[in-house]
Amino acid sequence: MKTPPATPEVDRAEDSGVPPERSRSVLREIVSGDALAGVLAVLLAVFVGSVMIAATDETVRETAGYLTARPSDFLTALWDAVSGAYSAMFRGAIFNYNLADPAQQWRPLTETLKFAGPLILGGLGVGLAFRAALFNIGGRGQMLIAGGAAGYVGFQLDLPTIVHLPLAIVVGMVAGALWGGIAGLLKARTGAHEVIVTIMLNYVAYYLLFWALTKDWLLKTPGSVNPKSPPMKETATLPRVLGEQFNLHLGFVLALVAVGVVWWLLNRSTLGYRIRAVGENPHAARASGINVGRTYTVVMMVAGSLLGLAGVNQVLGTVSSGVSLDLDASIGFDAITVALLGRSRPLGILAAGLLFGAFKAGGFTMQASENISVDLVLVVQSLIVLFLAAPPLVRAIFRLPAQEAK
Amino acid sequence: MSTVTDQPAPDSGGLAPDTVVAPTRGGSRKLPVVLGVLTALLAVVLLRSSHAGSTTFQLAAESDFFALPDIVVPSGPTAWLMVVACLALTAEAVRRMLAHLRQPAWIPIAFALAWMVGFLSWAAADSSIRMVSLLGGAVALAVPLVFGALGGVLGERAGVVNIAIEGQLLLGAFAAAITASLTGSPWAGLLAAMAAGALVALILGLFAITYFVDQVIVGVVLNVLVVGLTNFLFRQVLTPNAEGLNAPDGFDRLPIPVLGDIPLIGPILFRQTPLVYVLYAVVALVAYALYRTRWGLRVRAVGEHPKAADTVGIKVNRTRYRTLLLAGAIAGAGGAYYTLVSVGQFNREMTGGAGYIALAAVIAGKWDPIRATLAALLFGFATNLQGVLSVIGSPVPSQFMLMLPYLVGILAVAGLVGRSRPPAADGVPYRQQ
Repeated sequence: MKTPPATPEVDRAEDSGVPPERSRSVLREIVSGDALAGVLAVLLAVFVGSVMIAATDETVRETAGYLTARPSDFLTALWDAVSGAYSAMFRGAIFNYNLADPAQQWRPLTETLKFAGPLILGGLGVGLAFRAALFNIGGRGQMLIAGGAAGYVGFQLDLPTIVHLPLAIVVGMVAGALWGGIAGLLKARTGAHEVIVTIMLNYVAYYLLFWALTKDWLLKTPGSVNPKSPPMKETATLPRVLGEQFNLHLGFVLALVAVGVVWWLLNRSTLGYRIRAVGENPHAARASGINVGRTYTVVMMVAGSLLGLAGVNQVLGTVSSGVSLDLDASIGFDAITVALLGRSRPLGILAAGLLFGAFKAGGFTMQASENISVDLVLVVQSLIVLFLAAPPLVRAIFRLPAQEAK
Repeated sequence: MSTVTDQPAPDSGGLAPDTVVAPTRGGSRKLPVVLGVLTALLAVVLLRSSHAGSTTFQLAAESDFFALPDIVVPSGPTAWLMVVACLALTAEAVRRMLAHLRQPAWIPIAFALAWMVGFLSWAAADSSIRMVSLLGGAVALAVPLVFGALGGVLGERAGVVNIAIEGQLLLGAFAAAITASLTGSPWAGLLAAMAAGALVALILGLFAITYFVDQVIVGVVLNVLVVGLTNFLFRQVLTPNAEGLNAPDGFDRLPIPVLGDIPLIGPILFRQTPLVYVLYAVVALVAYALYRTRWGLRVRAVGEHPKAADTVGIKVNRTRYRTLLLAGAIAGAGGAYYTLVSVGQFNREMTGGAGYIALAAVIAGKWDPIRATLAALLFGFATNLQGVLSVIGSPVPSQFMLMLPYLVGILAVAGLVGRSRPPAADGVPYRQQ
């Protein structure tokens, strides 16, 4: 992760963007620039997804059996499978043209925003750590701990809304911050690599929450054998922002606020300066008087609180029926791809979170109506990130001119 | 060895302990602190609950040459005796810290043994522990971890961080299940698993070696990709055709005639499946080849100082590719263990983070094949302890026992095993000039 200052054989892969040369023509800039590579990366990933849909579709495989006899059958089946999948995704993520009521037609878009909220929050948590050259894959654990803590406040206490909801949110964020801080502190004190520590902490958090869900005085529903807590009290749930007919809740607004806060933190605050300095070159940062270890700890705490907010968003908003072991809904890992696609910039993460939120909303519709596993979305997401990580690979595939040498 | 490792180490990437924030020289406080905490933990547990009766440690298994007698000890006194032993070892560690002496390896090892005996006498009060199933089960559970750790050691020794072990295990398990179901031969399944692991390694190499993408990031994204891919195919293809595609013929247990009858050791090590014997051979081969052959010297050279290796005519990136493919194949074989031996069919995300635990074993084992194997066995033991104790009804909540391997992993990477230094060019791509 951390690399020494630019010796010739070492290169920071994330920053492989070449400084633009003014003499280059605009066309050449577009053709060889990273923007086109990004679009092509998305297209490539979607194409691979289509191949997977087609290859696992029964009708396509049947018609492929007599491909030479009647190729039109095969092509029709191919088209039906792929277009069916992607139009289902569109109906699930943006606009459902099969419905009559205009409000219901746009309902999928609100679902996309609902799914995007925690992805943006999680992406910010992972992306912020990236800026300090820390790889936080402990999102799952941070969400679970935060969700458990917020859930405890959410159903065990009786308070007026004005106190209850903010208290639950803050408790969740603090819990996430403490859990994330463990990895930062261990790195600062012992040098333990945060990738291993955060992954291990994910499992520890899982079993800790599991244990809490078996104890009446913590999270268990009395009299129930399922590891699930009672539903949240009305006073602690995130209110719906577009009326009761839409599921979109305050969590998305919190995510937008968080984008602004993180942008300010990174670009305008002293802490942000320290974070970026440590991320660029920890040796130079230490030489200039920055306490690298403390910065690691603080970054991981802020990152943990953001992922904690994502967990809070789930427990108090999206699934307020009770804390359960799958409350993270794989957002902790999706957040990594969101942060990478967003290039660890707050606005980039916002856009990436919206895109992946749409994938998620559409993926569930696709699974329900076309019987195609929603896991396809995970494949497409990770392929996008892989292709994006290596623009030269995408250029090689499309035979675009290479970027000029540095 | 010294010819390549004694280079002044530039700062490396990879999974190295961070030397910017944690300089590793000087008397370390880590070991005494942890030993003290663990001793206190054991004492508190003993104080808070009853531990009357006696504990039996069964050493014998069926058909040994001669049966070892059972060892019966009074639970309470034994446990407290071990607390005293742990205290003594902690005191020794503190003394060495104060005197700025090096902490030798026998202190944590002796401590672990004493702690474990004390804990087991308490946890199994009034019942008996079959040492054969405790240790034999540990070996069995450690098999994929050892395969994965060897894959990790090889990759990192050549300078490529192999975070994708998890993906290699998972795709290996998937490929083995399908192939063994279709062909009816577990050996074909094993080969397919190795090919699948090598495929993941090839993609990792393409991005990490050829396109200089951050290896840790590619590794993690590859793991996510494999999870998505296998989940997708599991739901779309395997589940509808479970009979034909997900019912592999597994490896059967194959006791080795004479060796398997040695008391204690035989049942633990030599009444396993053929895949485990393959593992023994692979451990020995990798350890030998890495330190005693020209190939091994080259691998270590490109991992320590690629420029020097290049200068003397070693093709750095080609060596890295080949080593990485081999590493992937070995890790993939570990995946076959899940579908061909321990579980018997493929399930969603069935590796459950074993690849990351294997990585922790690589670090705890200081990038050495034998020591990484031992570390992986320790993780296997931690995992198996939960199963054994839940059978005899231990007073510890099962969730805390299930956490154990991961907690041990954190302790391991936090550097409690002592100073560890990765290959100098680990995680650093090489650009030829």
